Amino acid sequence: MLIIGEKLSIIAKRVREAMMKKDKGPIQEIAMRQWKEGAGMIDANIGPAEDGGEDLMQWMVTTIQEVVQLPVCLDTTNFKAIEAGLQVHNNQWGRPLINSTSNDPERFPILELGARYNSQVIGLTVGKGGLPADAEERCAIAAEIMGRAMEYGVPLEDLYLDPLVLQIATSQDHARHVIKAISMFQEMNDPPMKTVVGLSNISNGCPKALRPILNKYYFILLADAGLTSAIADSHEMAEALNERALVADVLAGKKLSDADKMTEISKTLDVIMGRTLYAHSYLEM
Amino acid sequence: MAFTPSKETYAGRVYAVTLGTGDRAVTVGGENVLPFHSFEGEAPNRPLVAMEIQDVPPSDWPENVRKAYEGVSDDPVRWATFCQDKLKAGAIALRLIGTHPDRENRSAEDAVKTVKAVLAAISVPLIILGSNHAEKDTSVLLAVAEAAKDRNCVIGKAQEANYKTIAAAAMANNHKLIAMSELDINLSKQLNILISQMGFDKEKLITDPMCSALGYGLEYTYSVMERIRLAALTQNDVTMQQPLLGDVGMYVWKVKETQAPESDMPQWGSAEERGILWEAETAAALLIAGAEVLIMRHPKAAEAVEKVIDELV
Repeated sequence: MLIIGEKLSIIAKRVREAMMKKDKGPIQEIAMRQWKEGAGMIDANIGPAEDGGEDLMQWMVTTIQEVVQLPVCLDTTNFKAIEAGLQVHNNQWGRPLINSTSNDPERFPILELGARYNSQVIGLTVGKGGLPADAEERCAIAAEIMGRAMEYGVPLEDLYLDPLVLQIATSQDHARHVIKAISMFQEMNDPPMKTVVGLSNISNGCPKALRPILNKYYFILLADAGLTSAIADSHEMAEALNERALVADVLAGKKLSDADKMTEISKTLDVIMGRTLYAHSYLEM
Repeated sequence: MAFTPSKETYAGRVYAVTLGTGDRAVTVGGENVLPFHSFEGEAPNRPLVAMEIQDVPPSDWPENVRKAYEGVSDDPVRWATFCQDKLKAGAIALRLIGTHPDRENRSAEDAVKTVKAVLAAISVPLIILGSNHAEKDTSVLLAVAEAAKDRNCVIGKAQEANYKTIAAAAMANNHKLIAMSELDINLSKQLNILISQMGFDKEKLITDPMCSALGYGLEYTYSVMERIRLAALTQNDVTMQQPLLGDVGMYVWKVKETQAPESDMPQWGSAEERGILWEAETAAALLIAGAEVLIMRHPKAAEAVEKVIDELV
């Protein structure tokens, strides 16, 4: 399982300020911490970065790779910023990953960059219109993206399909559609297609205390379905992997010695699998 | 071989909630099947149509519904007894709209007087609604809940912003409580949990997932109600087994189709008939979705809905 450390995101205040001031300290500290926690790649999310995106992405890639011997996931909608990042990426530590192309024509040129720079690419299974309704629709979009990747010269082994994790608080049914999509994506090629999720979106909008709980158990269910990689909090994911055996026991109908843990896991699995309606206080009921 | 219809059975059941006291008390809910599927299980109680009255004359209602109450709507007591005795309403819903700060801004004391007078004049159950101003409702509903003590009224609406005081007032004075959230099933469940965590009996709640009129988002209300009912029955979700409320009249009689005169919209036909149909259609749709309590305005629309219920039960 490849964990792509999610913490270097422009959404986080501390990271945003460091990006604006080009202050390497916080960026490198966060990158190193994620590496130690088991991340195999670092996500550099600079947002839309309309002004100065190229400089910023190059600065991020070199700043990260100065201290961390890992590849970087280039996360922005700015095409030129991605290209600039690819130009300075040190492939000695592994090949970069572009986040992302999709079935929206505006995002097709991303594949061109993937082919030109021998980079891996995330294919987000959304189109120009609305969100995919279920796992099957995600697969139909995935097939389009796969066809296009081959057309542009990106080998399917370099394409990571992303089924788009949605918020459980507002789109509960999608939690299990995404798990099913992860299983189905693998069937779409031999060797199986690689997959990735933006994991923590599952708990976006949920109370703070609930977020790691949902993230962890959702991650385990996705891993059980064959997920290849996740953009996630490496600390939480390390914890999750430690609890994987507990979840397996609960799924197998065994009783855990820790009753509170048992309740927490089984209630969360019920919510994820749509057996109970989500509410912010679901653990308290 | 004879045809045997397949039957669904469900794990859950809607709480049976009794409103009012004495001979005219009414019980709603109690079914363990989808709306009107009495052939699959038990549906012991008929949905209830409550006629809406206000604490102030309905100057904001369109003429076509206002005229049905000519001569009574300037006095809440006469209006209430007219609904009970002439229209044979099973319940009255008194909306204290005059307490809204942007309206007459009547005080909690004024509201108490109205509630006491109406309660003294009627024997059918009373639903007491605030003006939907979260802050003002807190003080108004607190006072009227006390004034109506032990009459087993329905107090509403408790929302995320003000549920604590209103739920406490309903609890202290033995009333039922409407919990309203804004067209979001997860927030509706959350509010029911929060209210029951205060010690309020979840079997004394009525859920209002927020109404909307035909053509103006009715499908959202329909879908939320339908999913709430499915969670109640198929998942046996004890936080979603409350009877459902459709506050129909208020939403219907402000849309263009119930307001536009024939002179503006000759192709739409009779304005009066159009408004009545709009309200009846909206209410009938919500009955099918699972509403057990409807609050309505036009007597003829209510009559049409009662007829629909007669045919479906």
